[in-house]
Amino acid sequence: MDIDHDATPPDAENEARRFFLKQSMFIAGLSMAPADLLQAALAPEDGPVGNAAKVKISLTVNGKRRRISIDPRMTLLGLLRENLGLTGTKKGCDFGQCGACTVHVDGRRTLSCLTFAAMQHGSKITTIEGLSSGDNLHPLQEAFIKHDGFQCGYCTPGQVMSGVACIREGCAGSAEEVREYMSGNLCRCGAYPNIVDAILEVKMEGLKV
Amino acid sequence: MKKQLLDNASDTSLDRVDGAVKVTGTATYSAEYLVPGLVHAVLVTSTIAKGSITAIESREAEAVPGVLAVISHLNAITVPGWPERKQPAERVPVGTALRVFYDPLIYFDGQPVAMVVAGTREQAVHAASLVRVTYQQETHQTHFEKNIGKAGVALNVQRSKNSPFQDYQRGEAAKSENTEVRIEAEYTIPTQHHQPLEPHAIIAVWEADDKLTVYDKNQGVKSAQGQLAQAFKLPRENVQVISKYIGGAFGSGIRVWPHTMAAVMAAKQLKRPVKLVLGREQMFTSVGYRPYTVQKINIGATKDGRLIGIVHEGTGQTSMYEEHLERTVLASRTLYACPHVATRYRLLPLDVNTPTWMRGPGDATGMFALESAMDELAFALKMDPLEFRLKNYAESDPERNLPWSAKSLRECYELGAEKFRWNNRMQAPRSVTQNGLLMGYGMASSLYGFHRHPSKVRAVIQADGSVIVQSATMDIGPGTGTAMTRIAAKVLGVNAKKIRFELGHSALPDAPGQNGSATIPSVGSAVHVACEALKTRLVALAREMSERFKSGGQVVVRNGQVYGSVDDKDGVSYADILKYHHLNELEVTEESKSGAERDQYSMYSFGCHFVEVLVSPLTGEVRVTRVVTCADVGAIINYKTARSQSIGGVVGGIGMALMEHSEMDHRFGRYVTTDFAGYHIPVHADIPPIEVYYIDKPDVHVNPIGSKGLGEIAIVGVAAAIANAVFHATGKRVRELPITPDKLV
Repeated sequence: MDIDHDATPPDAENEARRFFLKQSMFIAGLSMAPADLLQAALAPEDGPVGNAAKVKISLTVNGKRRRISIDPRMTLLGLLRENLGLTGTKKGCDFGQCGACTVHVDGRRTLSCLTFAAMQHGSKITTIEGLSSGDNLHPLQEAFIKHDGFQCGYCTPGQVMSGVACIREGCAGSAEEVREYMSGNLCRCGAYPNIVDAILEVKMEGLKV
Repeated sequence: MKKQLLDNASDTSLDRVDGAVKVTGTATYSAEYLVPGLVHAVLVTSTIAKGSITAIESREAEAVPGVLAVISHLNAITVPGWPERKQPAERVPVGTALRVFYDPLIYFDGQPVAMVVAGTREQAVHAASLVRVTYQQETHQTHFEKNIGKAGVALNVQRSKNSPFQDYQRGEAAKSENTEVRIEAEYTIPTQHHQPLEPHAIIAVWEADDKLTVYDKNQGVKSAQGQLAQAFKLPRENVQVISKYIGGAFGSGIRVWPHTMAAVMAAKQLKRPVKLVLGREQMFTSVGYRPYTVQKINIGATKDGRLIGIVHEGTGQTSMYEEHLERTVLASRTLYACPHVATRYRLLPLDVNTPTWMRGPGDATGMFALESAMDELAFALKMDPLEFRLKNYAESDPERNLPWSAKSLRECYELGAEKFRWNNRMQAPRSVTQNGLLMGYGMASSLYGFHRHPSKVRAVIQADGSVIVQSATMDIGPGTGTAMTRIAAKVLGVNAKKIRFELGHSALPDAPGQNGSATIPSVGSAVHVACEALKTRLVALAREMSERFKSGGQVVVRNGQVYGSVDDKDGVSYADILKYHHLNELEVTEESKSGAERDQYSMYSFGCHFVEVLVSPLTGEVRVTRVVTCADVGAIINYKTARSQSIGGVVGGIGMALMEHSEMDHRFGRYVTTDFAGYHIPVHADIPPIEVYYIDKPDVHVNPIGSKGLGEIAIVGVAAAIANAVFHATGKRVRELPITPDKLV
C-alpha cells in the first residue's frame, strides 16, 4: 500500500500503532484491540465520550490534512458526515451492503460505513466532494448527467466513486464487466443501464480519470 | 415514424436540472442539514409481536456519558392532538394510526418502545443497547395462510356504499365456470419492502414553543405539515416541512410515520434539535410495505378466444390497528372487454405493522395475477398471448361504460412486439435453448388510473428576465423540477437555464404529495396555466408599449421576447417590458384542477412489457436478458427523465418477480430479512439493456398538457411478463413470487 508521507504521523510510536491497528483489523477486528492500545490513544483533555475515550488521528481528506479527536466507535462514514460536514458520502445500510458510502482510501474504493475512522490514521481519503475541483466536473460526473445515470441521486456519489475506481482498476472493458464490478453499488431507482452507459463512455473515450 | 418522433424528443430533452448537485454530493437530503445544537436519537424497538410493556429499565443507558434522555410511554410529552391516555390501556379501535410512546401496548415486532437521545450517534447507539424492556407477551398471529379464515370485508368498505372496494359484479358472476376453456388458479405475492437507498430520516427543530420546522424524508410536505399541525394543535403556518431532496421512497414516504412523531416529541421535550435516522433493519417495520396478498382468479373464454367471464378475488394483509386498502382486483373490471366480471376484496388483520402503498400499489399485485391468468388461458387456447389480448381489446371502459379519454394500448402492443421481435416466438413452451439454457418470451399489459389533484403554482419573472416557478410538490426521483422547467420554458419561450423551479417546502403554493403518478398531470398542468397567465400579463404590458403588439392573436413569444407576429424580426424582451413599466418583478399564482371531463371519460395510462429470460435447467436460476417496455401516457414532457423512470419501473419489477421477499419467522412474528444481504434487490449484474418506447400522443381530454402519469405503469405488469417468460422457457408455471431457483428445480 502506498504511504502518503505528508500524512505520516510525526513519531515512530504512532507509526507503529497505525501498523498495529491495520494488522488488528485483518487479524481479529477492533474489538480485540488490547487495552494498552486504547490507553496509548487516550486524550484525557477531551474527557470521556460514553464508555470509550477519544482517539487522536491525523488524516488527509480531499487533499486537506486533518487532525481530529474522535470516538473510537465512530465509522469513517460518521466522521465524514457528522464531524467534517462532508455529507456527499451517503449512509445507506451501515452493513457494507449497498455501496452508497463508497470513498477512496489511499486510492482504493472502500466502504466507509464498515471502516473505523480510528483506523484511518495517516490515510488519504477522497470523497465525492474532492473528486473534481472548482466548477469543472470530473468526466464521469459529466457522463452521469449526460446519460441520466441517477434518479433520486442518493446512491450517486457512491456509484461515481466506485465507477471511477472501476475504470482505474481496468475493470470497465465491457458492459458485462462493468455490471459485475459495479454490483456492490445498489440503486433502488434502477438507473443501472444508464450508469453502465456513463462508465463505458468515459472508459471508451480514454478520458483521464 | 414513431421512432423518429422519439429521437427528436430525446434530442431536445433537458438534462436533470439538479444533475450537478447530485453528482457532486452537494444536494442536501433530510439528515444533512446543519443545525446548531443538534443531538442524535436512536430507537429501541419491541422484541415481541403482541402484548404490553411491563417495565423499561433505562438507568444504565441514562448513565452513559452524553445521554440526554431515554424517552418512552413512561415519560414522553403529551401530544395535544391525541386523546387522553386510558388507564389501564386498551387496544385501539381499527382505523387508529399508531401513537408512538403513548401506552404500553405492543402491536407488532419492531414497534418503537423507547428512544435514546444523546450528543453523538455513537453514544446513542451504545446506550440504546443498554435499555432493557420487559413484556407481558400475548399469542400473536402473523402467518397469512394459517389465518386466512379470519379475512373479511374492511370496516371502511362496510361503512361506505360507494367504496371502489365493494364487491363488484357485471353480468352473471358464475359465467366463467361454464365456459369452453377455463383457468382457475391462485397467485401469491409475499410481503415486499420499498427499501429506498436513503433510510428515512428527520431533523426536528422547535424554533419556539409554538413553531416547528422539520427536515423530513416524505413524499408530501403539505400533508405532513397538516398532520403535524393537527397533532400539536398549531396553526398550519407555524409548522414548516422541508423535503427538498429525497433519496427514493416508492410510497414509503406518503404517510407521517411514528418515528417522525417520536423525533418531534423528543425535540419538544428536550428543547434541542433532534436528528433521527432509521437503521436499515428498522426500515422493515417502520415505513410500510407491499402487503402479502393471495388472489384467486377464475377466467374463461370461448374456444376461439373471446373472454366470457373473470372472477377475481384478492385478500391482502393489514395490521390490527389500521386498514390498508389497495386496488388489487380492480384492473380485472377494466382491462379487457369481458361481459361477466366479479371482483371481491378482503383484508386479513395480523399482528404486524400497517402496509402502505408501494410503487403500482394494488395494480402491480393484481396485474401479476390477471396477466399470469391471461397467459395461462392463452396457452390453454393454443393462442399467441398477444393475439389473445388483442382479441379482447376494450374499445371503451367496460366498467364505467364510458369512452376512454385516449387509449393507444393497441399501438403499444404493436410497437413493443415489433421492437422485441415477438414474431420469433415459438408457441410451445420449453422449445428453445441457447448455450444449454432454456429461453422464453413473455409479455403482459399494464394500466394505471389517471389521478389529478388541485394544484397551485406561483410564477415570477424577475427584472433580468429570469423566471422562478414554485410549488409545494416533491421529487422522490422522477425529475419533477426538470419536467416542470421544460413546461415553463415552452409556455414562456424562455431558455430553461433561465428558469428555476422550487419545490419540497411547505411554505410554497399548495400541491399534492408525490404519489399515484399524479405529479405531472396535476402540478404540470398548474405550471402550464400559471406560465400562460404570466405570458398574458407580459403581452398585455407589451401592448401598452407599442402598436406593433396590438395584433390580437398574432403575438408570439420566443427567446424571452414578445414579437408582434411569427415573422416579426424585432421583439421586446421580458426584461425590457418590466423595465419600461418600472417593475422589479411580475408574479402570478394560479390553480389548476379537473372539471366535468372526469364524468365524461374514463382515464388511464396504458402500457405493455416484453421480456426474454434464460433459465438454467440445472440450477433454476432465471436471468432476464432483454426487455422492451412501451407506454401510452399521453404527451411525454421530457424524454430523457421519462425513459429513466420507465427503466426504473422495469428494474423494480425484476426485483418483485425474481428476488424480493420479506421473510418472517412466525415463532417470533419477526422478519429475518433485515438487511440487503437477506432482502435482495436487483444489482447491476441483474439488469440487461432495457428498451423504452412511448406513443407520445397528447391526451387532449385529461388536462391542458395532455400528459398522464408514468411512474406506476412502469412497474405494473412487469412481474407477470417475467413469470410468463419463465413458463415459456421451462413449461413450469410459478404462481408464487418471487420466482426463486427452488421453485424451478
